[in-house]
Amino acid sequence: MNEQQQTLWQFMHEQSDKLFAQTLQHVGLTFISLLFAIAIGLPLGILIARKRKLSGTVLGIAGVLQTVPSIALLGFMIPVLGIGAKPAIVALLIYALLPIIRNTYTGIIGIDQHVKEAARAMGMSKSQILLKVELPLAMPVILAGIRTATVINVGVATLASFIAAGGLGEFIFGGISLNNTNMILAGAIPAALLAIILDALLSLVQKMNFKKLRKALYILPAVLLILGGFYVLPSAYGSTLTAGFTPEFMGRQDGDLGLKSIYGLKIHTIVISDAIMYKAAFSKELDVISGYSTDGRLKAFDLKILKDDKSIFPPYYAAPIVRNEAFKQFPKLEETLNLLAGKITDSVMTDLNYRTDYLHQTPERVAKDFLISTGLYKAPKNGHNGVVRIGSKIFGEQYILAEMYSMLIRGNTDYGVSTKTGLGGTKICFDALMNDQIDFYPEYTGTGLLVLLQPDPKIAKEMAHNKDKTYNYVSAEFEKKFKIKWLKPIGFNNSYALMMRQKQSKDLNVNTITDLKNYLDKN
Amino acid sequence: MIELKGISKKFGDAQAVNKVSFKVEEKETLVLLGTSGCGKTTTLKMINRLIEPDAGGVFIDGKDITNEDPDVLRTGIGYVMQNIGLFPHYTVAENIAVVPKLLKWDKEKIKVRTQELIKKLHLPENSLSMFPHELSGGQQQRVGLARALVTDPSVLLMDEPFGALDNVTRTSIQKEFKGLEELKRKTIVMVTHDVQEAFELADRICLMDKGKIIQIGTPKELLYQPINDFARKFLAGQRLGLEFKVVKIQDIWSYLPKVTLQDGKSLSDDLNVWDAMELLRSSDRSELLVSGDNKESKAINFEQLTKAFNQFQNAQVHE
Repeated sequence: MNEQQQTLWQFMHEQSDKLFAQTLQHVGLTFISLLFAIAIGLPLGILIARKRKLSGTVLGIAGVLQTVPSIALLGFMIPVLGIGAKPAIVALLIYALLPIIRNTYTGIIGIDQHVKEAARAMGMSKSQILLKVELPLAMPVILAGIRTATVINVGVATLASFIAAGGLGEFIFGGISLNNTNMILAGAIPAALLAIILDALLSLVQKMNFKKLRKALYILPAVLLILGGFYVLPSAYGSTLTAGFTPEFMGRQDGDLGLKSIYGLKIHTIVISDAIMYKAAFSKELDVISGYSTDGRLKAFDLKILKDDKSIFPPYYAAPIVRNEAFKQFPKLEETLNLLAGKITDSVMTDLNYRTDYLHQTPERVAKDFLISTGLYKAPKNGHNGVVRIGSKIFGEQYILAEMYSMLIRGNTDYGVSTKTGLGGTKICFDALMNDQIDFYPEYTGTGLLVLLQPDPKIAKEMAHNKDKTYNYVSAEFEKKFKIKWLKPIGFNNSYALMMRQKQSKDLNVNTITDLKNYLDKN
Repeated sequence: MIELKGISKKFGDAQAVNKVSFKVEEKETLVLLGTSGCGKTTTLKMINRLIEPDAGGVFIDGKDITNEDPDVLRTGIGYVMQNIGLFPHYTVAENIAVVPKLLKWDKEKIKVRTQELIKKLHLPENSLSMFPHELSGGQQQRVGLARALVTDPSVLLMDEPFGALDNVTRTSIQKEFKGLEELKRKTIVMVTHDVQEAFELADRICLMDKGKIIQIGTPKELLYQPINDFARKFLAGQRLGLEFKVVKIQDIWSYLPKVTLQDGKSLSDDLNVWDAMELLRSSDRSELLVSGDNKESKAINFEQLTKAFNQFQNAQVHE
């Protein structure tokens, strides 16, 4: 417990620069959108208080917008506004709108009719009544709405990191994908504190009497502007190129940290969710992204992988892993599975992924087409000499591999096949294998090393950048610890990779990460 | 001078005001009297265009008010309302200064005038920096009055001005109100449902029912020459009290004994019977010295007063 707290403190201390920047962004994002929400919501509230027939429609629309899930709302924004500050501010604004409109409306219509009549009777014009009577008297209610909106905005602003708008969400979601509790807390605690502090401050303003309130109201817009002004960081591009990295990549040694320490890469970086990263690179909002080297979108969006010439990304070579017991039962299994060894390169795998992910072909068809084109396909023998059970993880690439192995076994042996695809994650797949629920599944060397073996960090570091060393190490260790055999690698390496648009890479003559670093240093 | 010519107003299907016409002379106080829903408040609000009439016209000093900008028109007319309608977010001083600020008076002028008014209206000096909720009901109403009087408009409209006050406060403020010099030079239209109040303050009373004028005349005319049953019944409950107030010493002069005294300070025969009786009750004097119009003075005791009043009453009935 004590240790945990200390490490959280250490983490926050270590990352204090980032923490400070993210907090400022968070505050800025919250207030800049609040400012716009007030600028739109207040007049709208006044309008519907004047023309009450409109109130149902306007409040209805604002209410519906409020119920759109925040992630979905951010998603809707991307095609229209791209990524970064703009869509985030618009999304936050939309969430802040309802409480501001509603409270302005109820505040104004709730004013004592006699006071309004007195104002008219004394000869005040409509605008004078609004400015001198209605708004001041409705102010406590309007402020309550602004307070609600502020707290909502602090919360929703954590999601802004999904679309590269920064904020404390970078730590929170990075921490979640890295399973790093300290990182999550380093984002979550300041966000919660922000909400509590802002709520308390606004409740003080709200409770002021009219005299003090009048002064406070002159200060408030200024404060909003200043706080909103904090938010200039992610939108002002510091270098000629902009990188978009996933929160997980940001926190990994074999990610952004390695890029900085080993390559000395200095690039303006924004944090973004991997769901939209590729598209953002395609639409030129980002220049460099962190992706997976066999992702189908690489092809879909015409991206090029930069060569990792200093090998900071550990190899993730795919190979089937088989229980030793299975070889006794199925003597021809090893030979059959090895038919695929070395046959699928990175670009081939990318193409196959592209077909399933983007052309929506079935994994079965993609697998069959590939086997036919390489001459490996044989018609099934429909044998009954036992059933081989194949497992796969829950993503496209693994489905394709499972189908290929299934076809190879049926065509080359007289074994039957049953597939158990879609096992949710490494742990589940591996447990199924260990417990004799499946006979084999395709695994990656990097995963075997870092997730399943979890050796001493020193060994891991030494291994991590060498393809053969890693393979040899996991082979030997799996045999020893688990009685599981790594067959020959299939050929492709599905590791982290930096990517650029083909055309830009050619134009700038950047082919490796070192090229990229040199280019950035020169420009 | 205010003149209403056949003004009517409908709210939905209800005819709130139906062809009402009257004239209020310069410096006259006309009271619109009637039960709730008789159209008296609607009539009042059409004079400063808080409500626009459907038909008919309102003329102030001969000018048709529909030709004027309603905001400008209203800054020129004082308005006192039942719920006082002070701005809760303004101090007393700021409340009083609303209209002068609209008229762009300079600060010094506003300050001088405000000081003058709070003295006249017996408001404490320190109340200027207070907010309305810190004042008593009576004080609030005085501030409401100050707000209406601050620019010294020639026309003053009052909608149940004392309606929100308790009986004791109401009676004392009415008295002050009546004695206020500022009000004597104004043309006033006041709305009330309180017969006593109407008789206390009105030069003439306009009795209304169902949007129409029933009778318009002096309190005495209403009391002794009611035009119909409605008018008679409307006053019946409080008749004796009203008569004491309406009948003046000069009215019953001839019924008083002819005892003259030379010395002592005498009262005007403008005094009404009610006030005379109160004076006799409250002071240790057993006689009041009253001087008539032909320099003749009479000393009156309580018994003589009531007797003379009764004789006057009988004479009215037999007329």
